Amino acid sequence: MTPTVIIDGMPVPVNGHRNLLELIRSSGVELPTFCYCSDLSVYGACRMCVVEVEGRGLQTACSTPPEDGMVVRTTTEATQRIRKMALELLLANHQGQCQTCDRNMRCRLQALADRLGVRHVRFEAPADRETQLDEGVALVRDPAKCILCGDCVRMCSEVQGIGVLDFAGRGSNVRVTPAFGRSIDEVECVYCGQCAAICPTGAITVRSAIDEVWKAIHDPARTVVVQIAPAVRAALAQHYGIAGGEHALGKTVTALRRIGFDRVFDTSFAADLTTVEEGAEFLRRRASGGPFPMFTSCCPAWVKYAEQFQPDLLGQLSTCRSPQQMFGALARKHLPADMGIRPEDLYVVSVMPCSAKKFEAARPEFAQDGRPDVDAVLTTQELIRMIDQAGLKPAELPAGSLDLPFGFKTGAGILFGASGGVAEAVLRLLAGGKGRVEFREVRGLNGLKEAELELDGRPVRVGVVSGLGNARALLEEIRAGLKTFDLVEVMACPGGCVGGAGQPWPADTGTRRERAEMLYDCDAVQPLHNAADNPFVSECLERIGGSDGHAAHNLLHTGYRPRRRIDGQVIELDEKPVAARVPVSVCIGTNCYLRGSYDTLKRLMEAARGEGLEEAFDFQATFCFENCKASPNVRVGEEIHGGVTPEAADEFFRSQLLPLADGRSCAAARE
Amino acid sequence: MTTTVLGAALSSPADLIALKKKALQALESGCTRLVVCGGTGCTSNGSRQVLDALNAELAARGVPLVADLLEEHPDGAVRAGFGGCSGFCEVGPIVRVFPANFFYVRVRPEDAAAIVERTVLNGEPVEHLLFRDEATGERFATRDEIPFYREQAGVVLADCGVIEPEDIRQYIAHEGYRALASCLFGMTPEDVVREVTDAGLRGRGGGGFPTGRKWELTRRSEGSKKYIICNADEGDPGAFMDRSILEGNPHAVLEGMAIAGYAVGADEGYIYCRAEYPLAVQRLRVAIRQAEEARLLGERILGSTFDFRIHIKEGAGAFVCGEETALISSIEGRRGMPSPKPPFPAQSGLFGMPTVVNNVETLANVPRIILNGAGWFRSMGVPSSPGTKVFALTGDVVNTGLIEVPMGATLKDVVFKIGGGIRNGRKFKTVQIGGPSGGCLTEEHLDLPLDYDSLRSVGAMVGSGGLVVMDDSTCMVEVARFFMQFTQSESCGKCVLCREGTRRMLEILEKITSGRGTVDDVGLLEEVAIAVRDGSLCGLGKTAPNPVLSTLRYFRDEYLAHVVDGVCPAGACQAFRHYSIDPEKCKGCTLCAKKCPVGAISGELKQPHTIDPQTCVRCGVCLDVCRLGAVVA
Repeated sequence: MTPTVIIDGMPVPVNGHRNLLELIRSSGVELPTFCYCSDLSVYGACRMCVVEVEGRGLQTACSTPPEDGMVVRTTTEATQRIRKMALELLLANHQGQCQTCDRNMRCRLQALADRLGVRHVRFEAPADRETQLDEGVALVRDPAKCILCGDCVRMCSEVQGIGVLDFAGRGSNVRVTPAFGRSIDEVECVYCGQCAAICPTGAITVRSAIDEVWKAIHDPARTVVVQIAPAVRAALAQHYGIAGGEHALGKTVTALRRIGFDRVFDTSFAADLTTVEEGAEFLRRRASGGPFPMFTSCCPAWVKYAEQFQPDLLGQLSTCRSPQQMFGALARKHLPADMGIRPEDLYVVSVMPCSAKKFEAARPEFAQDGRPDVDAVLTTQELIRMIDQAGLKPAELPAGSLDLPFGFKTGAGILFGASGGVAEAVLRLLAGGKGRVEFREVRGLNGLKEAELELDGRPVRVGVVSGLGNARALLEEIRAGLKTFDLVEVMACPGGCVGGAGQPWPADTGTRRERAEMLYDCDAVQPLHNAADNPFVSECLERIGGSDGHAAHNLLHTGYRPRRRIDGQVIELDEKPVAARVPVSVCIGTNCYLRGSYDTLKRLMEAARGEGLEEAFDFQATFCFENCKASPNVRVGEEIHGGVTPEAADEFFRSQLLPLADGRSCAAARE
Repeated sequence: MTTTVLGAALSSPADLIALKKKALQALESGCTRLVVCGGTGCTSNGSRQVLDALNAELAARGVPLVADLLEEHPDGAVRAGFGGCSGFCEVGPIVRVFPANFFYVRVRPEDAAAIVERTVLNGEPVEHLLFRDEATGERFATRDEIPFYREQAGVVLADCGVIEPEDIRQYIAHEGYRALASCLFGMTPEDVVREVTDAGLRGRGGGGFPTGRKWELTRRSEGSKKYIICNADEGDPGAFMDRSILEGNPHAVLEGMAIAGYAVGADEGYIYCRAEYPLAVQRLRVAIRQAEEARLLGERILGSTFDFRIHIKEGAGAFVCGEETALISSIEGRRGMPSPKPPFPAQSGLFGMPTVVNNVETLANVPRIILNGAGWFRSMGVPSSPGTKVFALTGDVVNTGLIEVPMGATLKDVVFKIGGGIRNGRKFKTVQIGGPSGGCLTEEHLDLPLDYDSLRSVGAMVGSGGLVVMDDSTCMVEVARFFMQFTQSESCGKCVLCREGTRRMLEILEKITSGRGTVDDVGLLEEVAIAVRDGSLCGLGKTAPNPVLSTLRYFRDEYLAHVVDGVCPAGACQAFRHYSIDPEKCKGCTLCAKKCPVGAISGELKQPHTIDPQTCVRCGVCLDVCRLGAVVA
């Protein structure tokens, strides 16, 4: 006998479903929920999936494991009453303005309120709601629209392993916020945007660049070119119901031309270039003995993550710019001359499946004389919206062709859009050969995939990881010596760019899988499959003096630096710090504070006063030095000293600070 | 205060028994003992100074002092030390004298001389320090004669105020750790669980879940490790029974935890105690250290193969952390928010391991049950709720404090016999039982037995045992508003119904008490309350509407009076008051006009004044300041 649950009178076999919610949905009842996501832990907070279980009363379906013989009713007087009340309460506390909301018509709160027939809200609008918009470079938080379902919090900590957002406050003051109430740009957010992708309302959205792109298009002096990333075509095909990613891309090209873009290119071309450069870099490292593994650097969220959390690995990141930025640099270098326009009139747009690309384009190293290589980054969603705004229907348009030279790609370049694609492109390059060599081991939606290739009698061990939580786990294994790789591809979003936060909703596993498969189909129909065979890539490299040249170094490569996770804040203890004083900063962040740093600070200041040296030092209380393991931390000049407990403060003063005070202030003390 | 501990560890039950005999003899026949209450209430009232004054006076009079009970000391020697809470905090600081059993109340440092002279040196009571019944003028020499104590039972509070909590040997003298020894050397874990199950002990923290069943579930759960958690996150306003037990007899709780550990196969325990209980935390630290030194905790307890360690985790005072899954989350270092059950802690609790979470009072009962047997425990209370319950009796009664009564004692006994009836000759109106999650009981419930099931049947709950008595000047809408304000600000904010529902209920209650409510508001209030009760995630949310639902059930008329007739029948809600000045009585002193914050009172000097009702904000200052009784509310 297979275990069976009676749902609304109908026997439904359990079939391995983990909870009643999934089982009920499999039986054809679209049970509502805000906080249940199959990829995240069960949270049980929204109360929308409440059902009546015989003998147990009202239970949330998401948190109830199915048991044989259970009798469940999904729509009863009580479940309807509770769902409607929960919705009415949420709506009362939700800053409406649906019509102007980024999520209008795509909002789960709006949809459920409509579906369940909540027709009036009997409560007064609260006056105390946090209404301050937090507009970051890539993400925008609007706390007034937050329904506190916690999806973003769990996504960021459970899937991405970062934990940028969490709850703070109690009762009706509860809010979701970055640490210390800071802005999203001041904290460790890597802009993967998975929080925005999972948010049921418009509380977290990707910052829109639509208006600035329209402005450039309408400016007659500007020549506007656009590149379209590999993963975008799959989402367009799904959205417009067009068979085949390349076909959808072709129709979109026509739409873009009609909107007024002067040239339409394919980021897959730049991806081929990246493959060639990265392959060359890998071989150079192999010849010189490392360091290994070499990590890919196409994903800007991963790069920022590494800069913040894995600074010791930065030397192992490929120095190759991402395809978006290679394209940007090359466009700036060649297009003005090729098109006969003034360099400053060239306006470069990218269409990306990604929110972090907006941050990447704004990185100072990708700008020349203050002008970014890429002027504006649109997400797939924004592109669709612009097409809608122009009233165009791509499905009904003829397919257009991309412009040369940056419109020509091999199938390898298209693979970049799926997790494992960069690795497969590089493997094809290293393996050589003209045919379509497939590395199926690195395909699919598993968090970690591995492949091996024999090259010159030695193996090339390749690891592919997507989702930063998986990346972190893999790095720990590598550090512990449990895994050894030569090349590791990291993509921040589960499934790679096809699941990026710039893609249309929903962002579920099935959608991601379908998009990835579509990209592999695109690869299959391309005439070339190895980036090394792309004639325009070779031509491009020749034009800039070859892969090893100075120009290639400047245009196609970049560098990384450790990055603080939280912007420091200094509390000045003296009114007028004097430049000649030795700066001494004591961390009073939570960890250091708990280990007595406040007393450390007091003792150091007392010790200085005791020696008559209070003029010699500039004591400051600061926030985290991100050296919490060694707390309490004291920074003297640029050097951070750990373990300065209150008990150790006097000795620290004598051994570390007193020598710095030397003659000048002793003299001052004598006076 | 002594922190003296044993010279050597106890390596067998025989060692424990030998120590017990020695300590008991020292305690009962060696000397006169002055036990000054060292609970939070009495220390706040200056009991530390009383103890210092006693010691100074004893030294000045040349009375030999006992520094250590177990050391040799001359006849006539005196031991003065801190004990735990005797419950009658209202009349503190309390000093108890043994073996005479005198019970001194409201002792000030100046009384030290009299105590030494009359009691220590001459064996007589100090008359003016004895408790005096205000109504009859009668004075009582010993504790048990006092009406407040006459109807009480003593199980978990029995040793509080009798022994010094910072001396493990005094606990051992009172049979301490003998139950643990019996378990380790004479019972299988199954036996222990069976004994607790047979005793019918139910969780004293509020839920009333059978403790034996909880233990059995945990015992049967698979886990490479198991934990015992003592829930000492006592958060109900006005409730302090757990604090008093921890301060007055911490070893009883430690022993209960160790027994639970043995019963379910756990070797580690946590006490989750709020940081606002510094004295309880300090006493626990001392107790744990002494128990470890005595090898009554730690490795190979009493020479057996059983290991058990106890850690203290201080909580930051969130009410919701009393909910077991939120508490576990907090110990793990995460934000204290409840999670859906299943899984229950017995299956997957602290760090994902099977975990027993028991309340302080529950655990303090355990050693007694093992020592005296399930039958003894069942001889108290009622069949469905055996044993005793500690309540924090407060409000408009004559005697307030901690009381321990058999389960099933009637409300009448508690309010009128122990509590001494309503203060100031007013009329009894209601009792709020179980704190902000509980409900109200009215005159019709005076004969209701106070036990889990009887209370639940009338929409209230034992809860952690807060008992607030209210007289007829209390507005029940205001009572509901008061408790709702508490639950709203203590809601963790996780689930929609509790977070938003409590906010809206509070909003409506404020509207009604400020005179802006409508009949529709009362209906909406009830609708929200029912949804929050039925649909919330955790116990806090499910019980948050209880004050609303039970006041609506028993005092709906009062709600309607506010919204229909525009009056507050109890006269408590400021917004419904109308202040006027009786021109016959007013002498025109202008004091009220000067004090009125909004300038609503006008009039010439030495002429009767008047209040402009449009400007008046009904703050009542004029009523308070008028010396002639001319202001009429």
